[in-house]
Amino acid sequence: MYAFDYHRPTSLAEAAQLLAGNPEAKLLAGGQTYIPTLKQRLAKPSAVIDLGRIAELRGITEEAGGLTIGAMTRHAEVAGSPLVKRVIPALAALAEGIGDPQVRNRGTLGGSIANNDPAADYPAAVLGLGATVRTSKGRAIAADDFFTGMFETALEPDEIVTAVHFPKPEKAAYAKFPNPASRYAIVGVFLAKTAGGVRVAVTGAAPCVFRATALEQALAQSWSAASIDGVTIDASNLNSDIHAQADYRAHLIKVMAKRALAAAG
Amino acid sequence: MVDKGIGARVPRKEDLRFITGRGRYTDDINQPGQVYAVFVRSPHAHARIKRIDKGPALAMPGVLAVLDGQDVAADGLGNLICGWLVKSKDGSPMKMGKHPLLAQEKVRYVGDRVAVVVAETREQAKDAAEALVVEYEELPAVVDLAHAHDAPALVHDEIPNNLCYDWELGDKAAVDAAFAKAHHVTKMELVNNRLVPNAMEPRAAIGHYDPGQDAYTLYLTSQNPHVHRLVISAFIGIAPEHKLRVVAPDVGGGFGSKIFIYGEECVVLWASKKVGGRPVKWVAERSESFLTDAHGRDHVTTAELALDKDGNFLALRVNTKANLGGYMSTFSSCIPTYLYATLLAGQYKTPAIYCDVQAYYTNTAPVDAYRGAGRPEASFLLETLVDQAAIEMGMDPAEIRRKNFIPKTAFPYQTPVALVYDTGDYEACLDEALRLVDYAGFPARRAESERRGKLRGIGISCYIEACGIAPSAVVGSLGAGVGLWESAKVRFTHTGKVQVLTGTHTHGQGHETTFSQLVAEKLGVPYEDVEVIHGDTEKTPVGMGTYGSRSLAVGGEAIVKACDKIIAKGKKIAAHLLEASEADIEFKDGKFTVAGTDKSKTIGEVVFAAYVPHNYPPGLEPGMEEGAFFDPPNFTFPAGTYVCEVEVDPQTGEVDIVKFVAVDDFGNVVNPLIVEGQVHGGLVQGIGQALLEGVRYDEGGQLLTGSYMDYCMPRADDVPSFEVHTSRGTACTSNSLGVKGCGEAGAIGAPAAVINAIRNAIGVRVEMPATPERVWRAIQASPLAKAAE
Ligand SMILES: Cc1cc2nc3c(=O)[nH]c(=O)nc-3n(C[C@H](O)[C@H](O)[C@H](O)COP(=O)(O)OP(=O)(O)OC[C@H]3O[C@@H](n4cnc5c(N)ncnc54)[C@H](O)[C@@H]3O)c2cc1C
Repeated sequence: MYAFDYHRPTSLAEAAQLLAGNPEAKLLAGGQTYIPTLKQRLAKPSAVIDLGRIAELRGITEEAGGLTIGAMTRHAEVAGSPLVKRVIPALAALAEGIGDPQVRNRGTLGGSIANNDPAADYPAAVLGLGATVRTSKGRAIAADDFFTGMFETALEPDEIVTAVHFPKPEKAAYAKFPNPASRYAIVGVFLAKTAGGVRVAVTGAAPCVFRATALEQALAQSWSAASIDGVTIDASNLNSDIHAQADYRAHLIKVMAKRALAAAG
Repeated sequence: MVDKGIGARVPRKEDLRFITGRGRYTDDINQPGQVYAVFVRSPHAHARIKRIDKGPALAMPGVLAVLDGQDVAADGLGNLICGWLVKSKDGSPMKMGKHPLLAQEKVRYVGDRVAVVVAETREQAKDAAEALVVEYEELPAVVDLAHAHDAPALVHDEIPNNLCYDWELGDKAAVDAAFAKAHHVTKMELVNNRLVPNAMEPRAAIGHYDPGQDAYTLYLTSQNPHVHRLVISAFIGIAPEHKLRVVAPDVGGGFGSKIFIYGEECVVLWASKKVGGRPVKWVAERSESFLTDAHGRDHVTTAELALDKDGNFLALRVNTKANLGGYMSTFSSCIPTYLYATLLAGQYKTPAIYCDVQAYYTNTAPVDAYRGAGRPEASFLLETLVDQAAIEMGMDPAEIRRKNFIPKTAFPYQTPVALVYDTGDYEACLDEALRLVDYAGFPARRAESERRGKLRGIGISCYIEACGIAPSAVVGSLGAGVGLWESAKVRFTHTGKVQVLTGTHTHGQGHETTFSQLVAEKLGVPYEDVEVIHGDTEKTPVGMGTYGSRSLAVGGEAIVKACDKIIAKGKKIAAHLLEASEADIEFKDGKFTVAGTDKSKTIGEVVFAAYVPHNYPPGLEPGMEEGAFFDPPNFTFPAGTYVCEVEVDPQTGEVDIVKFVAVDDFGNVVNPLIVEGQVHGGLVQGIGQALLEGVRYDEGGQLLTGSYMDYCMPRADDVPSFEVHTSRGTACTSNSLGVKGCGEAGAIGAPAAVINAIRNAIGVRVEMPATPERVWRAIQASPLAKAAE
């Protein structure tokens, strides 16, 4: 690590102010991505602003029939929450499948989506459920506009994710084919039947989480495994790396979609 | 009978400190005035060093020294060595490329040591390491083993074709003749995947030069501190042997990787003198472990088995290309030769075997012994080949093996590849394993899996290995530079407590427990009264360390011999005290008794008399401390049968191991709990190799699998609950304990069982690691699996 100043504000306003006044500063949430980055000297921030003591960023509440989850809520809290299990069980199941217990007890929802790792799980839920990302600048960013590219989001440099609002779907499920080494997704498919129609979000397969529109159309016509079988997934925009070639990923998208379908009922 | 003696399932003494975080590892040791070393490493796989400018680094705060290859040369330090001389077919010696402590002229793999920076703090050392200016001229890299021979680049300019040696073993003419008249030949090309050892504790060292004593101390992560002392004094020349103390305290796993003498540990010792005798500490980061710990395996092989019409093996022909990496590591030459080809008979009476091996340099990390070292490669090759032969001959894989086993009446058995197996009963292990796995019930289980859309397969592996390394004269005749005996000292204190000093080193094996059991049994003292001391060249006089499953079979036997001497001396003292003749004294369960009487003295009383010799045999030395060496007459030959049952998901290619039965013949067993633990660990590593682990470099020699995000280590949920049985033992005849070795067996036998099971499930063989993608692709190509879908 390089040397940096360390701040631990207790309010969102204080954090926002520190960030605004310090262009080279970075936020620290669960630290599961950022601490290794610092340790490998891949980042040289002037200051690190630790969000860990800001109570208002944490917690799960029922809102407008759906769920609002604070940015600093840990994966383990989502996974274990009776409220989440009742309202959107697919979300609790997704959180339960992230990394390992240590990671789930540190990693946060806000950190995960702000980081937008192409293989992370939460982006699939946010996009698949058509959630809304709330920020320190009072913005409510629709999921479809939030994830803009590999490790890129619609957040401004001095903007903090405060919470995510998830509308309650009619049915939803997530199926993940984990990378055996990292346990991130090689392919993860989040399937939801929502008020606004069928949504299918795919993570792990491409440089950024995306909606599989061909699957959405097919499933809108008929919510069945046969619909998934009938779709051809275009592999040309999918990742090929040491863990999986694009054609295998394309194949897995359909397999995971069918598994999610079976789980969603 | 003593409590907790030989055969007892005693929980490990050392576990309390390990699981409560009270172990004392090298990085836990901090000394006054300690400073920190950070290595500057090559970012290139192959490059010429054009210029190093130390100025900017030296100007950084806290920096005490910046040293590079020129400083090493200026001080006349020797190169790192490979301690085993292998000769090519034409009699010429292997071509050992120069391996300096810090790179001189060229760098040969990503991570190669270019310079060291020593500073007051680790962060200052890292800052300065970044400031060091190194200019490189990049050169084309040789990465692919299969094409190393004709590669345009030469790793060592003076070594043509990157070929270190071209070695052979066996009777080529006899093999060719047998192939000429064979009814059937099974041929196979296979890769033994390269692995990273991944000890839990990364390598670490603290070098300390004491100007007052003009003496050196090196704390480090070593499996063999005396071997480190020997090489650092005799070959590197940093300190004479009597002025160098090497201490390997608690060590968090080795698997071979901490046998070797690496540059970093030597450099911190040398650097301490350069900074006025301040202790210099270096602890590898995990990424350094991935880049620079000697890797394992990495073979490309063609193997052929000749059979008669009844499935009898007539001959075996093997050609292997082995990867050495950028330099020869300490024992790298003997791994793909004497620890590999000598095992190609396996458990079979194949009459003729020929193997030749070409070892190549490439621009990758050095490759050396890793759990099993050569024997996993041999066993994997043979057991997948035999399985393939069974399929091609339309025979049951268990039956083709049974038919070709060396019968239990044939021991001692001379194989065509140099070894003499002392004992064994291969059929007993096979029968037991088949019974435990319910081989006969497999078709019903397969049908049940099929109903759930899964492909089920069963795979057998009948491994053998040679361990208990090693008879010195034998290995000496094959090129070893050292003797491979072991030494021990058994010392009683006044109060009847026992200290056992062993030249072996425990870094996960549980010696403190096993050796205490051994001594409790032999001397009849309470297990709790025995303390095992190891890992410090100033405590244990001498030793060769721990590897090759040698500690009990060689080191344990040295302890037994020392105990025998204690008893012999005790008899003299007891005879005097009991006013009897020495010949009439019997020793049993801690008591010296005059035969046929109830007159006796406890060993405690005898020991007390030895230290307070007021009434003592005239002429006998006081004290009760005896040392012994043991040089084994032969290797030991653990063998067994592993059966693996898998379920494959044809949609994703995922492999789930649903059953794993291991029946091992380890001879007599001192502590079944520890032995089972060793087998569990070995099996997990073997399964890791089969399914998960594999080093990947890109074409330019950059390591792609340089962290746990990309290199997959097995975790608890990747492996099944094992069924491990060790009761079918045939006692080894090379030591009085009748023990073989158990540390490596799991890693040796498991890969073939897993790969054979997958082949049985999907109808085609998949290279290791059999990742879901590889299995899925194989299924696409397999008619058998297609039919099942
Ligand atoms: C071993 C391991 C395994 C993992 N496995 C998985 C997995 O299977 N699936 C998965 O999805 N993830 C996985 N992760 C990632 C983990 O779950 C976290 O989600 C991820 O590391 C980011 O969350 P964090 O809270 O740790 O954020 P941090 O690491 O603290 O921060 C990440 C980035 O987000 C920024 N940031 C953090 N919070 C905010 C905010 N509120 N507003 C704006 N920017 C913010 C930070 O500045 C930083 O740039 C794994 C991580 C590890 C170490």
